[in-house]
Amino acid sequence: MVAKIVVVTSGKGGVGKTTSSAAIGTGFALRGLKTVIIDFDVGLRNLDLVMNCERRVVYDLINVINEEATLSQALIKDKRTDGLYILPASQTRDKDALTVEGVQRVLDELSGVFDIIVCDSPAGIEKGALTAMYFADEAIIVTNPEVSSVRDSDRILGILQSKTKRAAEGREPVKEHLLITRYSPERVKKGEMLSIQDIEEILAVPLLGVIPESKSVLKASNQGLPVILDSVSVAGQAYGDAVDRFLGQEVEHRFINPSRMAIFKRMFGGE
Amino acid sequence: MSLLDYFRSRLRPTSAQAAKERLQIIVAHERGGNNDEPDYLPAMRKDILEVISRYIAIEQDQVNVHFDDSSDCSILELNIALPESPTRISTTPPVVATETSES
Ligand SMILES: Nc1ncnc2c1ncn2[C@@H]1O[C@H](COP(=O)(O)OP(=O)(O)OP(=O)(O)O)[C@@H](O)[C@H]1O
Ligand SMILES: [Mg+2]
Repeated sequence: MVAKIVVVTSGKGGVGKTTSSAAIGTGFALRGLKTVIIDFDVGLRNLDLVMNCERRVVYDLINVINEEATLSQALIKDKRTDGLYILPASQTRDKDALTVEGVQRVLDELSGVFDIIVCDSPAGIEKGALTAMYFADEAIIVTNPEVSSVRDSDRILGILQSKTKRAAEGREPVKEHLLITRYSPERVKKGEMLSIQDIEEILAVPLLGVIPESKSVLKASNQGLPVILDSVSVAGQAYGDAVDRFLGQEVEHRFINPSRMAIFKRMFGGE
Repeated sequence: MSLLDYFRSRLRPTSAQAAKERLQIIVAHERGGNNDEPDYLPAMRKDILEVISRYIAIEQDQVNVHFDDSSDCSILELNIALPESPTRISTTPPVVATETSES
């Protein structure tokens, strides 16, 4: 078995990579794929909090790379979702501890056991981000409808096309998916926010999903719950649709126009 | 969109439109071979601008340094748009040069 490696990346910080990695990784597992989510944000790990496993972290990715622990010691099995595992980042080391050879070894070993490996990239275009994307087969580019985020996404696309293993080996390029998060249909209608069409036109990457700005995201992360498990929330459902699209289904985009959002909120009280 | 909204948006470009236009320009600029640029190019661009402005009053955007890297040769293109009547800044040799020769 060879696992598919998916990097969740953005360039710009704080746009929703970790939220998306947790939600989409959980979505894969819910659909029966054996999934591991790796936190590449060495020094600033957060995935453990979003997944509610922060108190179960004993060993981390760097320990495994340095052979101070085995993979099975470091992997944390998710308590809510079957077939889902977390590999936390180190909180005490810095990104220099991430070596391409070390990461390659870890991924090779995981690849024999899992169907899909989700890499939660740190922000920036430095070593951590480059290592997180290096081995990727597919990339989810998380973008907010905002000028600096779109520009950074464009930078990241350039790097995906030139600095990954696939690029180095001249293989088929990394498959790119655009995920727009924190989208606000009302503000787009008022001309206050870049629209989906604007962003698609500039980045020219197929659209995987649009996650609306939603209070339930913070509420879920407060509780250590990947928001996809909040199936009443619009964000949770939008992530669910994105996962289905990733796996090849054709799903209509919901929650992208103001009137439907309003109706939905009135009917279900979801936010 | 109501008719009123439509005319309103025609009259006054929205901030989202401004965002889109600015993005299209900057992204096109940064894609334009920027990845193959040698690392020293931004610094060199700055130095060239500095040298020129010692002699002629010139705006930053009137100096265009472009690096073209094709398979068989690399071209460094320097394009300077001179102002209509170039104002000479000084006729004596620049101070900077004497300083560096002494130290
Ligand atoms: N759709 C959304 N609606 C509202 N808030 C959101 C949404 N998506 C993310 N957020 C909030 O944005 C913040 C940043 O999210 P997250 O930590 O996932 O970003 P990140 O890209 O991983 O950040 P970093 O670059 O620091 O790793 C969090 O507070 C999160 O709750
Ligand atoms: Mg993060």
